[in-house]
Amino acid sequence: MTQDVQTVLDAVALGSIYALMAVGIGLVFGVLRLVNFAYGQLIMAGGYAIALTSDRSPLVSIALCFAVVLALSLAMELVAFRPLRRASPTTMLVATFAISYLLQSIALVRFGAIPKFAVTFPGLSDFVTVGGVSVRWITLVSIGVALASVSTLALFLGRTSLGLQMRAAAIDSETARLLGIRANRVITAAVLIAGVLAGMVAVILPMAQSPLVAPDTGLRETIIVLVGVVVGGIDRLISATLGGFTMGFVVGMLSGYLPSAGTWPFTSSVYLDSALFMLVIVVLLLRPEGLYARSRRSAVERV
Amino acid sequence: MSRPRITSPLELLGPVVVVVLVGVVGGLGFVDPDLEVEFRAALVSVAVVVSLYVFVGNSGVVSFGHASFVAVGAFAAGVMTVPVELKPTITPGLFPFLAERSVGNLASLVLAAAVGGMFALLVGIPLMRLSGLAAGIATFAVLGVTHNILGNWEKIGPGALTLTTVPETTGRLQATIGAVLVITAAFLYQRSRFGRKLRAAREDPAAARAAGIDIHRERLWAFALSGAFSGFAGGLLVHLQGTLHAGDVYLELTFLTLAMLVVGGVASLWGAVVGALAVSALDSFLLDAESGEIGLINDLLGHPLWGGSRLVGIAAFMAIALIVLPDGLTRGREFRVPGSRRLRRRAEEPAS
Repeated sequence: MTQDVQTVLDAVALGSIYALMAVGIGLVFGVLRLVNFAYGQLIMAGGYAIALTSDRSPLVSIALCFAVVLALSLAMELVAFRPLRRASPTTMLVATFAISYLLQSIALVRFGAIPKFAVTFPGLSDFVTVGGVSVRWITLVSIGVALASVSTLALFLGRTSLGLQMRAAAIDSETARLLGIRANRVITAAVLIAGVLAGMVAVILPMAQSPLVAPDTGLRETIIVLVGVVVGGIDRLISATLGGFTMGFVVGMLSGYLPSAGTWPFTSSVYLDSALFMLVIVVLLLRPEGLYARSRRSAVERV
Repeated sequence: MSRPRITSPLELLGPVVVVVLVGVVGGLGFVDPDLEVEFRAALVSVAVVVSLYVFVGNSGVVSFGHASFVAVGAFAAGVMTVPVELKPTITPGLFPFLAERSVGNLASLVLAAAVGGMFALLVGIPLMRLSGLAAGIATFAVLGVTHNILGNWEKIGPGALTLTTVPETTGRLQATIGAVLVITAAFLYQRSRFGRKLRAAREDPAAARAAGIDIHRERLWAFALSGAFSGFAGGLLVHLQGTLHAGDVYLELTFLTLAMLVVGGVASLWGAVVGALAVSALDSFLLDAESGEIGLINDLLGHPLWGGSRLVGIAAFMAIALIVLPDGLTRGREFRVPGSRRLRRRAEEPAS
């Protein structure tokens, strides 16, 4: 029983981290109609910022991590997204592949293939016992950070002028611009918020999952979250976020409950990815517009 | 109707001549034997990218799943050409019916095409009903499942290990003929009734549907056909490398081939060929510059190009090409003999 509670809590924590990434990807998609495949490399860059300043105090590391991630987000927007704003969705997506590949290669050439240690607060990996269930601190911290960020963002989108403009631009960017909303300002704000979220994930991920950062850090997570965002329903931020959360939760539950050995496909945790992606295919076939989409047949053909 | 018929053979001529030239130049005396393999690899890339183009270019729907058809083709051709007596050591867990026999080079390529095509057809029946991002993500999910199973299930292949001792039969002749075959078949398809219907649906789905085109069926045709070509190209690939690991035919192949296609120009066969060859050429050039084989670079820098520049250079080239020329190097146009357009316009003028 306590084992089950632990597994569920770990799955919720992984879901929370993926939900943060899903918000970042969903926000940028909302205003730019661009699926940013290079999002994981922001996390990778933040991870390296932490790893390379491990001799400094954790707060300095974290500040530097956010600085690097935000600078890189802004650079991506100015150098790549802005010139591509009128390109076809396919070109935009493949261009973000190329950027992702470019950043990975730069990291590989600059820092080598050997992973580096990127944990800021080692104490967070200790276990704490709450009512007979022992969980790691970082599990609780991940859930707490995700809840706090998502509710802050909800307040921002609901209660501030810039947030309102961002929602308007996401619903219909042409009309929003006709009504006097400055597109560049809204897009830059969305890209920066997505960057802040990537920075948070860069700090949390090494403590919650593998403590090491390598050139391909964030790639697997981005792929799963991108799939999750579409499975949840990319047209609304809330359904995209729930989609990301669901993927993390399902991954956590599958790795908790699949046996570790088995000779046939789908019978062991080696086949976790198969099981996950089979579920994805089934959900997409049953609800192509998204698992949490409000109305049926609302998804617009984009890619 | 007469206009396309006059120009169409020329559109095929360009890609075929370029590919044959690559095959011939690779065998000339001045080409280093080490470099020769890069010519063959470029030709196999052309085959993979043109196979992808058959679906993506004609339908306008992006597929992230084609590496899975390359993968099943490559594993089928690879596993079935490992000599029978070596199979107990290379792939000990194989099903008896796979372990007990091996086939020749040509038969393995046919098998690879058949397996790729059948797999694409089976997957396509449910998936081709989807469109937009959902279709893209679903094809990617197929790749995830395929990669995971091919990389772990020891009853059908090497599992997590690398398949070795596959005969290296993709010489320049086989690579050239393979690439020309795929290009010709792709050309015939896009000029056929089916190809034209699908291209019409790409341009305007609503109008195409109103004209009685069953988009789902046309997409499924193209998907299965392009899956068969991809499987065939996978067969060429495994016989080029002589070894195969599930990671060889996964994400990197997906991104690289999609990027080659988009860099060349997604909407034309010429674009697929140009993109594959341009990126391959840059790849080989940077590889040689890194190992100090290109005198010009050595003279300019005083030393060979920095290690790892190849990866950065390729990625940067793709990113810049897409940002500067979002429609691709060919802007999605087919090959034209220089000047033929002027001639044709002159020929048309008296008629109008």
